[in-house]
Amino acid sequence: MTEIDGSAPDSSPVPGPGESAGRPSDEQTEETRITADDESEAVTFDREGIRAGFLTCLPVAIGVGGYGIAFGMLARRAGLSVAEATLMSATVLAGAAQIVAVELWAEPIPVATIVLATLAVNLRYSLMGAALGPWLERLSALRGYGSLLLMADENWALTMRELKSGSGRGAFLLGTGIAMWVFWVGATIVGAAAGGAIGDPTRYGIDFVLAAVFVALAAELWEGRSTLVPWLVALATAVLAAEFVPGQWYILLGGFAAAAVEVVRYDR
Amino acid sequence: MIGEGAFALDPLIVGTILAMALVTAVTKVGGFWLLRRIDVSERLEAGLSVLPGAIVIAILGPELAAGGPAEWGAAGVVLLVMWRTESILLSLCGGVGAVVLFRALI
Repeated sequence: MTEIDGSAPDSSPVPGPGESAGRPSDEQTEETRITADDESEAVTFDREGIRAGFLTCLPVAIGVGGYGIAFGMLARRAGLSVAEATLMSATVLAGAAQIVAVELWAEPIPVATIVLATLAVNLRYSLMGAALGPWLERLSALRGYGSLLLMADENWALTMRELKSGSGRGAFLLGTGIAMWVFWVGATIVGAAAGGAIGDPTRYGIDFVLAAVFVALAAELWEGRSTLVPWLVALATAVLAAEFVPGQWYILLGGFAAAAVEVVRYDR
Repeated sequence: MIGEGAFALDPLIVGTILAMALVTAVTKVGGFWLLRRIDVSERLEAGLSVLPGAIVIAILGPELAAGGPAEWGAAGVVLLVMWRTESILLSLCGGVGAVVLFRALI
């Protein structure tokens, strides 16, 4: 716990729950911690937060690995080499967009179509990143933006849950992101190398992992009756848009519609 | 199974991949970047505060709507386990186990 930590002006490492409780910290650190908590919920960035994020995300990341294997196989079938598929997973790290991209892959490569589709599928990340803003803006730019680069759907959900609970673990997104990256890239290599030898992921319920994570998160984010109207708006908009608008625009449309209704309702 | 072409890196393919990576990075940091630079009114903040839940519902709704009784039942199991235990891991295992079971039964 005594590593160099330049995250906060008071360099007191905030111990996690039930950790280093026996360490006799002097009263002065105790005092600074309380004041920091007082003005606003303190946000830390330390190894403990990375560790906590990594371990929390581990079971989810293993499930995501199932998709990674599927992606690797699809990429190989589309004509990418193992090295190219791995490079895409390592640098793009966005499951849905990558699967869409290899489905669009053809000879000659429709570069513009692929890049535009990637943009459309991933625009939701802007809204998701903005939702993490209240905590990330208290970190240095390098830490905030760096963590965001490892953001995907599943670890965003876990991080949202963690930070909303008030733990103040600013490094949680980075920890979960590392777990996602390791399993996503590792699974891509396995899938691409194996080719078509493995069956489809639905047999093991792996396709349900994302939905399960989001159901759990929805239960967590429910704040009583004030949540009802925006959620119904989001649900109706998204289901309709998924039906009638091509691509993945329904996610953005659902989010925007709910936010717009809330802005209009604000005066009431 | 690794053939000769496994380590091939075609310049055009690598370029396409890097363009995808760049576009994705922009989407990941863009919303946060923009929000830091504009003055957010309380009214706008109220709208932004419902975004996390709304995005979750917007992803989940069509996904569950496209599923069937097995997926709906499994979603119910996740809710139940989450409500009783507040553990994401237990809910996840319960949900995935339930979906495999329900699909076999239905």
